[in-house]
Amino acid sequence: MSTIAHDADDFVASAEVPEMELYHPKTWLGTYVFSQDAKVIAVQYFCTAMGIGFLALIMSMLMRLQLGFPGTFSFINPSVYIQLVTMHGMIMVIYLLTALFLGAFGNYLIPLMVGARDMVFPYVNMLSFWIYFVAVLVLVASFFVPGGPTGAGWTLYPPQAILQGTPGAEWGILLMLVSLAIFIVGFTMGGLNYVVTVLQARTRGMTLMRMPLTVWGIFMATVLALLAFPALLVSAIMMILDMTLGTSFFMPAIVSMGQPLDHTGGNPILFQHLFWFFGHPEVYIVALPAFGIVSDLLSVHARKAIFGYRMMVWAIVVIAALSFVVWAHHMYVSGMNPYFGFFFATTTLIIAVPTAIKVYNWVLTLWRGNIRLTVPMLFAIGFIFTFVNGGLTGLFLGNATIDLPLSDTMFVVAHFHMVMAVSPVLVVFGAIYHWYPKVTGRMLDDTLGKFHFWVTFLGTYAIYYPMHYLGFLGVPRRYYSIEGTDFIPESAMSLNAGISIAAFIVGAVQLVFIYNLIVSYYRGREAGSNPWEATTLEWQTADTPPKHGNFGKELPLVYRWAYDYSVPGAEHDFIPQNVPPSSVEKGTNETNQ
Amino acid sequence: MGVVVWWLMTQSVNTRPWEASANYASSEDFSGRSFTQPNAKLGLYVFLAVVTSLFALFISAYTMRMELGDWRPLPDPDLLWLNTGVLVLSSIALQWALIAAKREQVDSMRNGLLAGGFFAFVFIGGQLLAWQQLVDAGYYVHSNPANAFFYLITGLHALHLLGGVVAWGMTTIKVLGGAEVARVRLSVELCAVYWHFLLVLWIILFGLMLST
Repeated sequence: MSTIAHDADDFVASAEVPEMELYHPKTWLGTYVFSQDAKVIAVQYFCTAMGIGFLALIMSMLMRLQLGFPGTFSFINPSVYIQLVTMHGMIMVIYLLTALFLGAFGNYLIPLMVGARDMVFPYVNMLSFWIYFVAVLVLVASFFVPGGPTGAGWTLYPPQAILQGTPGAEWGILLMLVSLAIFIVGFTMGGLNYVVTVLQARTRGMTLMRMPLTVWGIFMATVLALLAFPALLVSAIMMILDMTLGTSFFMPAIVSMGQPLDHTGGNPILFQHLFWFFGHPEVYIVALPAFGIVSDLLSVHARKAIFGYRMMVWAIVVIAALSFVVWAHHMYVSGMNPYFGFFFATTTLIIAVPTAIKVYNWVLTLWRGNIRLTVPMLFAIGFIFTFVNGGLTGLFLGNATIDLPLSDTMFVVAHFHMVMAVSPVLVVFGAIYHWYPKVTGRMLDDTLGKFHFWVTFLGTYAIYYPMHYLGFLGVPRRYYSIEGTDFIPESAMSLNAGISIAAFIVGAVQLVFIYNLIVSYYRGREAGSNPWEATTLEWQTADTPPKHGNFGKELPLVYRWAYDYSVPGAEHDFIPQNVPPSSVEKGTNETNQ
Repeated sequence: MGVVVWWLMTQSVNTRPWEASANYASSEDFSGRSFTQPNAKLGLYVFLAVVTSLFALFISAYTMRMELGDWRPLPDPDLLWLNTGVLVLSSIALQWALIAAKREQVDSMRNGLLAGGFFAFVFIGGQLLAWQQLVDAGYYVHSNPANAFFYLITGLHALHLLGGVVAWGMTTIKVLGGAEVARVRLSVELCAVYWHFLLVLWIILFGLMLST
């Protein structure tokens, strides 16, 4: 790597510095590996997250093999099964979705959409990715240590997480906690960048209330993450100490394998509070960027301004604030004071208000729009359906009394997969189909994309709808096998087999998507600079894909919000943000530059 | 969070985002920065918010764990009072360096920086000594949750200070290498802000441990 040791401030080009003053690497290593260009870092985040996410997808397939056809596959024993459950959950939530939305989309879209040359601290940004990469390596390493990865469930509840008998209690859990701590350090570095860039590096005319909702979603999610991840760090540090130094933060007096342990008096519920103080905002860390992105996809492909822009911004802010006061709804069965449960049930249901506002506004954006059923639009509409379906079961689980019988059943699995797994992933797919042309300069194949969408969308319903019924029957989650259980009828087994087959089909179709990503990179149709005729700044760059520094010689000047579609009286059905009113009067979309 | 919401209010009420105008782009009214502070300073403030969140969570864990029956408070070594004094001196020295930097007095700035760093090292050494005293007296980390929290909280605070010492070291090397005041003024300021923050944090943590 060549010399990059200067102060971050020395080479920041913010709106007040229109000339190119970025650090330009001279070596291949500095350009593509230890790159300080947010766009390259975004692609690095993307590839790493997709790689580890694919691993987690394979794990879910193995889990479905066991659940659908119990006893058929001897290599999946109870320990392996619970390890698969744990790692699938942890990877998908943190190492895939969080890294993808904030690390990949955040890095790519924030500077481009607000009209900045790069993040404000490019060097820290580069470190952020490589620390994330180390966290992933430590996580993967846990597959190769004696005892394998942890099987404590993604919630890692003590005392069982660190007791002998739980898979991975020797090394797996330690590597898991260390990996999380590293991830949090790396994320904090990235998060500082995203927040300060949005606040300080916007181009002229880009007021906060003219930012695209994508930026709003990622920005608020980052604020949430910066404040919530410390809770996970605190619980990880304290659990590591309980495990290695024999402290009793969480570990109560306990007899393990017939032997009393040295721990006394610790409080496992304390861990649950800390974990969910992080864990619930984490749901919105994933959801808010998805909300923002889907708003922009709907607006672009419906050729219509987003309905209620200011309301959408405020809904994001209110959801973010409320998400810090609902955490104990994950703990209704931990034996809490009923008034406590009442408080958390109330706050939980109040979150439905801003969320419903968002859903109404998405639907109203579609109303009488000039809808183009492109692949990104299909995914965006698919998201609305899935999110509403998943959200409605949240009304059941949010009520303490209804949650009690449903807790730890497949109903919960169905609920959170619909609302925070499938919904955000549909947005991720939509966003990839939408921005791939900007990142690579080529379009993804449309036919394969539609095939990918329909199989994924309908397939996930085939997987998760029946799971609600299994939950009503009382089929527990995380169980290796439910054979020979009296209250579970034989039909539940057939249903499980059917779910598994649907899951395999959906899993296999993701290979088509990967194929599309790779082949289109070489053979896709040339996209041009603005294939969707969108208004936001990333589509107005001089080059596609944008070069280091994003915009040409001059930064764009912003005259309008991001949603000037089908403006009455205008010649074109879209007016980019950097087109001055005088050009529109002349019937052109020319910029001043 | 409340401050953030209030600030967003002022930014969003009475705006009409759907109206296009050339005002913002052509005039100097809106340059794209929400705050006049340098980016690095804002970055530090955001980081301090993260650290605040971290220690607030430790404090709430501390108070929750304290309720349980096996909590046996440990005696706070008198040395901690001395350490607190040293940390105050460290903060004062860096403030002195900052004032000197603003007045372009290179020598005072250098002396302030060196004194600040020296006292920071003395503080960390003093904390280690306090640990040693407690261990010698038989207060091991695993023997009681109060001990565990004491070592954990003081240790993490010292680690944060060590992180600051790295930034201080980079600044000091530049200063000793003869860098102009203008080039290091911001770094000195950031160090001073961070030191004051850690001092306030320490007083809160120390107060918590004294009172329980």
